[in-house]
Amino acid sequence: MSELLLIVMIAGERVALPSTAVESVVELDTLIPVPRAAPHVAGLSALRSRVLTVIDCMRSLELGETDCSDGIREAAVVELDGHHYALIVDLVEDVVESLSEPTPVRAAMGPGWERASIGMVETETGPLLLVDVAALIAGCEAKAAA
Amino acid sequence: MDDLIADFVAECREMLEALGGEIVAWEAEPDDRARLDSIFRFVHTVKGNCGFFEFPRLEALSHAAEDALADVRAGRRHPDGALVSAVLAIIDRIGEMVASIEAGEDMPAGDDSALIQALEPGAEGAAQPAVTAVAEAGGKSAAAPRTIRLSVELLDRVMSTVSDMVLARNELARRLRESANDVPVDGAFERLSSIIAEMRDAITRTRMQRIENLFVGLPRMVRDLSAELGKQILVDIEGGDVELDREMIEMIRDPLTHIIRNSIDHGIENPLERLTAGKREIGILSVVARQSGNQILIDIHDDGRGIDGGRLVEKAISAGIVDKADAAQLTPREQLALIFEAGLSTAKEVTSISGRGVGMDVVRSNIERIGGIVEVDSKLGEGTRMTLRVPLTLTIIPALTVSIAGQHFAIPRSAIEEIVRANGESVTLEHLGGAGVATIRGRRVPEVSLAAILGLDSEVDEQDRTLIVLRPAGGDVYALSVDRIHDHEELVVKPAAPAVMATGLYAGTTLADDGSPILLFDPAGLAEVGGVKLETLERSARIVQGESESVSKATAVLLFRGLDGGRRALSLAVVDRIEEVAVSAVNKAAGQLRVQIGEAILPLAGASAESLGDGKVRVFRLNDGQHEMGYAFAEVLDFASIDNEIIHAEFPGEISGVSLINGEPAELVDPHWLFSNHVGGAARCKEQLVCLIPCWDPWMQNMLRPLVEAAGYRVVDDADDEMPDIVVATVGEALPEDATERTIWLRSEPEPKNKKDQSIYRYDRAGLLTALKSAGAGGAK
Repeated sequence: MSELLLIVMIAGERVALPSTAVESVVELDTLIPVPRAAPHVAGLSALRSRVLTVIDCMRSLELGETDCSDGIREAAVVELDGHHYALIVDLVEDVVESLSEPTPVRAAMGPGWERASIGMVETETGPLLLVDVAALIAGCEAKAAA
Repeated sequence: MDDLIADFVAECREMLEALGGEIVAWEAEPDDRARLDSIFRFVHTVKGNCGFFEFPRLEALSHAAEDALADVRAGRRHPDGALVSAVLAIIDRIGEMVASIEAGEDMPAGDDSALIQALEPGAEGAAQPAVTAVAEAGGKSAAAPRTIRLSVELLDRVMSTVSDMVLARNELARRLRESANDVPVDGAFERLSSIIAEMRDAITRTRMQRIENLFVGLPRMVRDLSAELGKQILVDIEGGDVELDREMIEMIRDPLTHIIRNSIDHGIENPLERLTAGKREIGILSVVARQSGNQILIDIHDDGRGIDGGRLVEKAISAGIVDKADAAQLTPREQLALIFEAGLSTAKEVTSISGRGVGMDVVRSNIERIGGIVEVDSKLGEGTRMTLRVPLTLTIIPALTVSIAGQHFAIPRSAIEEIVRANGESVTLEHLGGAGVATIRGRRVPEVSLAAILGLDSEVDEQDRTLIVLRPAGGDVYALSVDRIHDHEELVVKPAAPAVMATGLYAGTTLADDGSPILLFDPAGLAEVGGVKLETLERSARIVQGESESVSKATAVLLFRGLDGGRRALSLAVVDRIEEVAVSAVNKAAGQLRVQIGEAILPLAGASAESLGDGKVRVFRLNDGQHEMGYAFAEVLDFASIDNEIIHAEFPGEISGVSLINGEPAELVDPHWLFSNHVGGAARCKEQLVCLIPCWDPWMQNMLRPLVEAAGYRVVDDADDEMPDIVVATVGEALPEDATERTIWLRSEPEPKNKKDQSIYRYDRAGLLTALKSAGAGGAK
């Protein structure tokens, strides 16, 4: 079974998101912070009259913080349980076809990646980590609570 | 009842349509069990319903068909052609009758016995359907409103699309504003806007349902319950035509049922008890719905034994909900409110109907979840009244937008009790051990800073912020300080993502007109995160409130119409008198309009040179204790008092805010601003003079104090150590020795006792003001 994957760059690493989950790729300009929300919630933004909850993937993966000060960020818009989220990534690269089912990565990864990844998939551009969108949105605190 | 019949007709038609195919198939294959069953179900339903509606002909027909079909189902009879056609004839007849019911006609007279007889085993052929008036009904039925049935999901989808459309329109509006103006485009956009608004209205109405749908089941429930309990209860329902969001109706169904069960079970006594108590043996339970603004009020009132507040308190103490010291201080209302605490029930014994002590707390939380309030009021021995207040709809919420550190937020209007300025006259802000306490007109209210809750830095000084007194659904007030208040908007609120909701602070998100997202606060959540101990603080605060309650909240104002036609109000205390002057007496001199009244030339506000016209103009003569000025107006409307919330203007100006007065909005004229702008630097108080007024005298506190304050004094009482500049006292009263020089003596009789008497009659307003003014002038030196 081949699946289309969206290759994005998070924290300098090329990873894959299942493209079926991604509605669109946008550039965010406004970002309204949500005081008191979990740290990986970067804020709210609006896209075509819809409110997007913006997720900072780097924070979600415990890899530091995306610098939002320069204004425009690229983000992948996904829908989960009726809510729309924008996942801030460094860069959106390409859409490729997966050549294999995800297989577990047996080497030790960072805790954030360990939590959020589904496994490794083969593509024409080499192996990529397939990332679980829901885990990115849940962030690191949900894990701690569970 | 009409609605019920409409439902019944709709149901019948639906089943008849569905049966259309089945009947034909059954005719071809009379042994087909599934088809037989569905036909049987139809006649059975019709029979059941028409017994309820008193349609005897329908009932007889369906009953006969049901009997025959039951025999077939039980295998007692073989479905032969004759039976099939007899049943079909009956179904056709039912269809005709339903059609005539739908057209609103009386049930046509006619004889169905032939049809019924045809069902008998061995009957010869099907009787010809009797031709009745029904046949002509076809033409008329077109007059009935055409309806279709839609799934609720579809409606919801349309509704949410329309909401999105409204938001999209707002965004478009913003973009249009930003880009260059193009008149034709603007015109087209205006048209689009109005169409969208109309559409939203219509769609909102499709979601509305008459609350009757909720009420129809009540008489039956009351009847069943009262029969079971051996009570006699008359149920009185009013306001079934009030419309409410369909979703909302579902949300209040359970709480309402629960409250009514409670009333019947615990409230209304059995006939014997009622007679002993001197009441009629039939208890009355009334359920009344009415709309009030954007809220629906549902009153459930019984004339039963009432709730024993004392017993509730005992129970609450033994259940550990309140401690003894607190309990002693509860007001009767608070005692009753204990009924909403988890684990309390006054019922002596648990019955199957209600009262396991898991009732009212669930009722309250259910109602609060939809932004409503439950209130209880009860008189022991006389009855109980429960009031449910619920918002009209869940999706569009009137809200106030505020800002803190440059970021905008929205607060639902339903929770806002009042808005005051932190540096306002009757407001003081103190910090006790780091906790904020605001004293608003003698009431101590816990104060939390929005900046602190959100962890934001506010550049606005604490004293310059605005306090919003909030009463979250739970019923305890607290004050929230925000940087600035912006606007009142109707917001289309959508639930926020779980990660945002997890903060507990927000109730949802929405888009402002400029297209940027705004978070809507949950007032109860803010209090919780802000660490406000609502219950305990509120109760202890009441004691303070009790003492100072005599200082009435209402401010007396003069309601008038300005020269420009605006409905305005001006504090009565600053108006000295009303003068009528010729317009020629008004001149522009030394940079502003001035009016000559008698020997005095006063600055004039409320008018421009153009708006005066000719002839005469009426002028309020305002007095701040030192200076006088005029304020032109068209006519005095009324004397009134402000007891509604005041919405303050964002920026200081002639109008300090608006409030509802006698049911209509009126602008409040800010006398302070008037004087500071028109009288100029001279009017700005050097230092506020201090006036001592005895605190034990209610007349002085209620009547005199505002006057003295308006005259520019700060009022203190005996308890303060401050040295007063002036003392007001009643004749015959003992005074501190050092105060005699600067005392204004008041007497209660209009006439002085003797010529030496320097005292002033206490309603001699002019005299009083003159005395205050001259004393002030002396004191200021």
